[in-house]
Amino acid sequence: MSVDLEMEEILKVFFEECAEGLQAMETGLLTLDASADRDTIDAIFRAAHSIKGGAGMFGFMEISQFTHAVETLLDQMRNGSRAVTPDAVQVLFQSIDVMREMTVLAEARQPIVSAHADAVSTLLAQILGREPPGAAAVTTHTAAAAPPPPREPEPAGWRIDFKPHTSLFKTCNDPLRIFRELETLGPLRAVADVAQLPPLAAMDPTLCYLAWNLDLTGSVLQPQVAEIFEWVDADSAIAYRPLVGAGEDEPAPLPPARLAGTPVPVIGVPAPTVPAMVVPVAAAAPSGAAAPAAGRPAADAGSIRVATEKVDALINLVGELVITQSMLGRFSEHYDPENLESLRRGLTHLTRNTRDLQESVLKIRMLPISFSFNRFPRLVHELSRKLGKKVELQLNGENTELDKIVLEKIGDPLVHLVRNSLDHGLETPAARLAAGKSDTGLLELNAFHEGGSVIIEVKDDGAGLNTARILAKARERGLVEPDVTPTNEQIYNLIFAAGFSTAETVSDVSGRGVGMDVVRRNINDLGGHVQVSSTAGRGSTIRIRLPLTLAILEGQMLRVGPETYVISLVSIVETVQPRQAHVQSISGRAEVFKHRDEYLPIIRLHELFGIEPDHREISKGLLVVAESDGKRVAILVDELLAQQQVVIKSLDTNFRHVPGLAGATIHGDGRVALILDVPSLIGKFLEGASPQVDYAA
Amino acid sequence: MTTTILAVDDSASMRQMVSFTLRHAGYEVVEAVDGVEALEYARGNVVNLVLTDVNMPKMDGITLVRELRRLESYRYVPLLMLTTEAGQEKKLEGRKAGATGWLVKPFNPDKLLATIAKVL
Repeated sequence: MSVDLEMEEILKVFFEECAEGLQAMETGLLTLDASADRDTIDAIFRAAHSIKGGAGMFGFMEISQFTHAVETLLDQMRNGSRAVTPDAVQVLFQSIDVMREMTVLAEARQPIVSAHADAVSTLLAQILGREPPGAAAVTTHTAAAAPPPPREPEPAGWRIDFKPHTSLFKTCNDPLRIFRELETLGPLRAVADVAQLPPLAAMDPTLCYLAWNLDLTGSVLQPQVAEIFEWVDADSAIAYRPLVGAGEDEPAPLPPARLAGTPVPVIGVPAPTVPAMVVPVAAAAPSGAAAPAAGRPAADAGSIRVATEKVDALINLVGELVITQSMLGRFSEHYDPENLESLRRGLTHLTRNTRDLQESVLKIRMLPISFSFNRFPRLVHELSRKLGKKVELQLNGENTELDKIVLEKIGDPLVHLVRNSLDHGLETPAARLAAGKSDTGLLELNAFHEGGSVIIEVKDDGAGLNTARILAKARERGLVEPDVTPTNEQIYNLIFAAGFSTAETVSDVSGRGVGMDVVRRNINDLGGHVQVSSTAGRGSTIRIRLPLTLAILEGQMLRVGPETYVISLVSIVETVQPRQAHVQSISGRAEVFKHRDEYLPIIRLHELFGIEPDHREISKGLLVVAESDGKRVAILVDELLAQQQVVIKSLDTNFRHVPGLAGATIHGDGRVALILDVPSLIGKFLEGASPQVDYAA
Repeated sequence: MTTTILAVDDSASMRQMVSFTLRHAGYEVVEAVDGVEALEYARGNVVNLVLTDVNMPKMDGITLVRELRRLESYRYVPLLMLTTEAGQEKKLEGRKAGATGWLVKPFNPDKLLATIAKVL
């Protein structure tokens, strides 16, 4: 790997760490509200400390300077010299936002200018009771410089009496090393003082009995000399006396690097204006390096951090595959019908290896849902404060893993649902008490596996959905005819209608009615489902069912004439053998199927794709009732085949986009089966577009 | 003979940064994420130098230095601490535990290499 590329990788790790660190700080701060225990403050401090240190190392001085004040405040909280007040915690929250903004800018290679940095710095400074940073950074740096500035005029050299403690060697400090270093400053004469040397028999070779009188010639400043003794000065007696006259005529040449640009060198502290290191910046910004959305610095589409154990599992499996391959390979060389049994065994191995490998490879893309859940403690904390509600947030199943893409796309819908629960679902403490509940509302975020899917629940113990109000609103907007009485379930589904809101006032939290429809669309786009259940006065639950991954589909194979199609299993409601009596024809062409008091439009796949079916009579085929976006249709097919997982091959990349099809998959025998895109099929069909689509390419 | 350096830091970026600098200067580098891991490695292997961060979860750098000095094989191995602050307290605490010296973060690669060259 080239040096630049390697640096890039390290920087990427740094930004990931920043994101994690900020998350850890936030999580820690949230628990601080309840009790200010030392461990928590320690963890928060450490995160800030690492970010500051790293930022300094990588040359992001704005971040490291800003974080310095944060770190100072946390340090004071940690050692107990400053109380943990709600105000201070609030400022720390704001600081995290600024730091997050700064790291996002730094990662996008943009100038690290945060609009809020100055304001928050001022707040921090007020709490700390001193000048805002900039000034602060300088003060701390100079504060470290303990030795006084050198006297004028410069001396001709130094007499140094160096009497180390006997334990000098125990820290691995070699006087010789120190002397060699001194010699880089000028000619050195060392005289050993052996007065303390014990008789040989009594000597402990691990102890230092010697002392030295050193004469260093040259116009050297005392801090330069002191710096060399810095590591040992705490347990040595060291005295510096200026030499006068001796070397004045022939000052030793100074190594230019040591003094260049720093008239008064400060011990152990690099000049603050010099960036700690030069970070190679790619000349052209990498493609797609547009600033990521603030607050999600880790959302880099291009890379995944994979746990080592997952990689190890893969390597292990590949190892097994190689063994199987060599086992099978033997047959191509010495084919012997006698060995058929072991050939069969080899193939069984291969099947297992392939399946395991598939699972493991898919697991690489899987991340725990905590990545998405993490943001909620802060969100709930701030929102409940704003709304004057008391809320306890419970996160369950944070380790449930989801495909990275699914995880990224589910974030915003979840935020929406949580906001809704807080705003509409949970009541104010007074209302809760009046209803005989505890004044603190409970909001649960649950994630778990069920079948081949992942379920995410947003559950509150609030007032529940007000069906009467939803229905009234829906009637008012013409979504429900006056003479129809929908079931509760149908009423719940109304909240997903575009622009629907029953909120009496539009707050900045929610109530604009933009959202629930978008939430459902996003979830459907992911191949998932949303379901609402609610009990008046007891609360509501929004249940999201998501596929484990987007690369593989749980499919139902269908046959129409000679062709096989695949339809996503989650979109199938049920399959029925229709009776002709339940089929009605409307205005000539369109057909509907009466299914449990509901009339479903019938889509004839054979007409759609222009193929010859086994039967044209509906009663001789099967109707697959499919649902998307709350709309149902009945799809006429000849036969249901097996259910199986299919790998989705994109038509867009291999051919071109075809409306109504989600992709294709390849059968074991090499034939291609097309995967039906149920939402777009339904959409197209209900729009009244021509049911005959030109699929001939 | 190659010179092996044990680099201990809980921050992956910092560790990789240090390791990157050292490897390019021709040193062999072993990385550890905290004191516990470093100590475990040290019990079975001797290195030529240990470079450790101070503030770490599980076992901090100062405890690590103290524990390392208790190992017979590490009595004369230079142990350097990486400190963020010019905070005198930590340095002295580290010295008392047996640290050879320290390097104040942020440092540039040259400074790191110069400091290491000094004690090796």
